[in-house]
Order: sequence, then structure tokens, then C-alpha cells
Amino acid sequence: MKNYIIKRLLYIIPVIFGVCFIIFVLFNLVGGDPTHMLLGKHATAQQMEELRRTLGLDRPLLYQYFDIVKSAFTFDFGRSWNTKQEISTMIMDGAIPSLSVSLPGFILSSILGLIISVVVAYYRGRKIDTVVRIACIAGMSISSLAYILFFQWFFAYKLSLFEISGYEYGFPNFLPYILLPSIIWIILSIGPDVRFYRTVILDEIYQDYVRTARAKGLSEIVILLKHVLKNAMIPIITYVVIQLPFLILGALLLESFFSIPGLGGITLNALNSSDFPVIKAMAVLSAVAYILFSLLSDILYTVFDPRIKLK
Amino acid sequence: MSSNVSETSMDLSDKMNSMINSNQDGTHKTKSLWLDAFNNLKQDKAALFSLFIVILYSLVAILSALGIFSADWNKEVGPSYAAPSMDYWLGTDIFGRDVVAKVIHGTQIAMSVGLVSSMIAIPIGLTLGAVAGYFGGWIDEVIVWFYTTFSSIPYIMLLMSIAFILGKGLTSVYLALGLTSWVTLCRLIRSEVMKHKNRDYVQAATAIGGGHGRKLFKHIIPNVSHIIIINTSLQFQIAIKSEVILSYLGIGVQGQPSWGTMIDDAKLELARGVWWQLAGATMAMFFIVLAFNILGDALRDALDPKLKGK
Repeated sequence: MKNYIIKRLLYIIPVIFGVCFIIFVLFNLVGGDPTHMLLGKHATAQQMEELRRTLGLDRPLLYQYFDIVKSAFTFDFGRSWNTKQEISTMIMDGAIPSLSVSLPGFILSSILGLIISVVVAYYRGRKIDTVVRIACIAGMSISSLAYILFFQWFFAYKLSLFEISGYEYGFPNFLPYILLPSIIWIILSIGPDVRFYRTVILDEIYQDYVRTARAKGLSEIVILLKHVLKNAMIPIITYVVIQLPFLILGALLLESFFSIPGLGGITLNALNSSDFPVIKAMAVLSAVAYILFSLLSDILYTVFDPRIKLK
Repeated sequence: MSSNVSETSMDLSDKMNSMINSNQDGTHKTKSLWLDAFNNLKQDKAALFSLFIVILYSLVAILSALGIFSADWNKEVGPSYAAPSMDYWLGTDIFGRDVVAKVIHGTQIAMSVGLVSSMIAIPIGLTLGAVAGYFGGWIDEVIVWFYTTFSSIPYIMLLMSIAFILGKGLTSVYLALGLTSWVTLCRLIRSEVMKHKNRDYVQAATAIGGGHGRKLFKHIIPNVSHIIIINTSLQFQIAIKSEVILSYLGIGVQGQPSWGTMIDDAKLELARGVWWQLAGATMAMFFIVLAFNILGDALRDALDPKLKGK
């Protein structure tokens, strides 16, 4: 197991180099000359040359590539072309509003999803199981944009139950602003969550050890909560851990609709203003977060499940 | 549990029967999987209905692409923001254009996005996955590294970046979706090919002198090709949903109606009580995504014997 963990740890290095290479190809090679976009059509050749030098785009491509790789380790992403702010500061400032929306929603939807799927697994094959399954698929088939638009219009605008949009920093102050976005987050993620948890629990229910437990005369509830859930927790924990990096990225669409100044909003603004360094930074950051958390989930998997033997 | 056991044994006898039948007919054995799957699917009412919806949407999309339906979506047919009525079933938009025609044109866009992105993703995923699984060794390591790298950038981030870099418009949507969605297929094909490459029928092919190319393309790939169908069905709905998000972000379809641009319009319309564009696009999208979801699940159950009885 020790060997596996060391190997797995070392593997993140070629993956980070690869991720940086994809971002480099996209933004430094295919992306074309951003000076056109920044200066407009009437820029002189000299102006463009100057801008290219200040942005560091005249340097050899290999240097530009290693700049991206370096940023993946130091988190120093340089300055935004648009606001001229230090990007790492922008990210730090945006992380709190993002997390204040995504974290409560994520925790509540995970717990709620788990409870629903245990109940549904208990009544598997019966009416309530079918109803929940259909509701999950149906709920997942509606565009997330439609949910956000409708909820914001109906509950915030029409009924005035919630703030329509905006954000305030500081603990109790932000609560009214994150309430509706968090509810929408829960509704959006409960469908896929329940579907996944249910499949995992049902996978376990047909195992031999469950039959043994039943033969011993244990009640269905004890089997489900004590035996099945314990085993099902392994893939469930992996699934939860792997979602954590997306919390950092924030809920892109929710933030844009509710004007929450989080990382999702920063990314969308950067897209609209062709702010390459910010988009690159967000791509690198989210990829590094994903790599680290998938490393964590793989290690958790091997630690918690002794059945898994890895070469 | 007991019902489960009897189910599997029934499946088995069914399978043996179909094998015997197909042998009597002189047809090839590989067809029995498809026949079996088709018979399973026929009994599943929800799946059949989903298939019907998919065919219906495809027909609408083709007729719209040929200019038979909704060719004049751009024409002013009534007053601005007319509510739904007998004349305009889903009302009109700000320019007095018929929302029904826009929904139909959106169907064409949505189905084409699913189709073209799948046609980009399938060759990449199939080739890389098959080669990695078949040859193993350093080739496998390189391909695994490649798709791990690709899937390390969160989907929405990569999708937005590619669409943004390629510029606005439908072509970038096709490419962005195609280039981001091959990884799942590649992974599945790779692990399936790994299982198949040492099976008897492949060894038999080696014994009669079949080369790598022949074994891989003639023997193994036809036996793992059901994965492509299952994956495409699920891929279609992801593509349709993603188009909507890209169009909302302003890096998607330009200058023609899509469900995404219609939902984006609704952002400003709802406050004025204009709900029909949102309703039309959402409903149109709901049925096709639902159908692909159900169909994908049913296909997996029907084609993947491992998962039977669960």
C-alpha cells in the first residue's frame, strides 16, 4: 500500500505538466494574438509590439509554458489584464462568497440525498422507490438555467421571500443572500446524488454477506444501516471527496444570476473581457484542486477498503 | 434474493434459447446479444416510448434542417410578446416571431449538437481506448496519462475555455463538446478491450494468423461496440444541456434561435410576465433529455449482461 501511495503521489507531477500543456496550447498557441482583442482594430503595429512585450508574449514559447507550470505550484498567476489586480488576491477574495453558497448547499444535499437513498433502498422495488427514481430522472432533465430563472422570478421577485440578488460580506450578513441560491443548489444536486447513492447501496444489497446476515435472522433495518451502509460508504466518500474541488470553483451560473462576487463570477467576467491570465489561473487552480482531491479520494479508498489490492 | 436468482436463471435459459435459435438460422453468434437486447428493450414500455420520442425529435430536426419546418422562424408573424393563443400556440417573442417555430429550430440545433459532438468524440475515444487496452505497456500508460490530464480540468472550465478560444458560434460548440466528451468512452472501451483481448475467440484469431489490426477491428471492437451506443445515448443529453449553458454564457450559438438563447432571453422577459419562451424551450428540452436518460439506462440494462438483475 505504501508503494502505491508513493507512486500515486508522484503521478500527479506528469498530470500537472499535462494540464498546463493543454492550457498552454489553448491560450498561448490556438488562442491567437490577444493584443488584437485588447487594443481594438485600429491599433498600430508598434502599440501591439509594445503591449506584447509588457504582457510577456514576445518570450520564447517554452518560457511561456513553464510560466504556467510554475503558477500551478506557486499559485502566483500574475496580474489581470483587465483590472490590473493581483490574480491570487482576486481568487482569495472570491473564494469566501463562493464557498458560502456552495458549502451549505453541498453538505445539506449530501446528507439529504443519503437519507432519501437509504429509505428508497429499504423499500426497493416498491412504489416509493419507483416514484423517487422517476422524480430524480425528471428533475435532472430540466435545464439548470430554467430552475434558477424560475425560482428567482417566482420566490424572490413575485413572492419577495428572498433577496433577488447581491451579497454582503461577514457571517450573519450574507445569510439572506445565500438562502435561495443554496436551496437551488440542493435541488440541482439531489437528483444525481440520490441516483448514485441508491445504485451503490443496491450493489451491496445483493452481496453474499447480506444473505448471511439475513440467514442469521437480522432485521432488514439493521442489515441496511449496520452492514450495507458501512460498505457503501466507501464509494460514497469517494464521490463526495471528488466533488469538493467544484465547490471552490463555485456555482458558476448561480453566482452570475444572483450577482454573488465569487470565483464563478470572476471567471465569467474574464471570459467576457478576454482576460486570458484570469481564465488560465482559474483553469490551473481548478485542475490542481481536482488532482489533489482525486489523489485524496484514491488514498482514502485504499485505506478504507482492504479488499482492494493494488500493484 | 430468491426472485433474483430465478431471474438470472431465466435470463440464462432465454439466452441459450436465442443462441440455439440463431445457430439453427445459421446466423452469427454475436447477433444474439443484439437480439437479446432488442427483446429486453421491447418489454420495457418506458424505453420504447423514449425511443419513440428520440425518433420524433430526430424527424423534426431533419425536417427543420431541410427547410420544411420552421424555415421562416425569422419572420414577424404578430405583435411583440403576444401571449399564447390559438394563432400562436406558444406566443411570440420581442420581434413578434412565432415561438413554436423558434422551438423547432432549436430542436434542430440541439439534435445537431448531440450528433456532431458524438461524431467527433466517438472516433477519438474508440481509437485511443481500443489501442490502449489492446497493446497495454507504455502505449497504455501514455494514453491513460493523456485522458487523466484531460479529465483533470473540470468539464465546465475546459468546455468554456475551448468554446471561448475557438470563437463564438455553432462550430465551436460542436468542437468544444466533441473534444471534451471522449474521455468516458475511452475509459470504458479500454477496460472492456483489456478483458476481451485474452479471450478464446481472440486466441483463435491469433492461431489462424490474424494480425493486430484484424484482431482488434474485426474481432474485439464489434464485441465491445455496445458501449458506444450506451455512451452516445447519455452523451447526447449532456451535449444538449451544455449547449444551453454555453449559449447563455454568450459563447454559444449566434444569430439563430436555440433553446439556450431562448432561455437567455427569458432572463429579461420574466419580470414582464412573458413566460412562454422559457416554458417552450424548457419543455422541449425536458422531453428529449428525459428520453435519452431513460433510453441510456435501458440500453445499459439490455446490453450489459453484468448489470442484469440489479
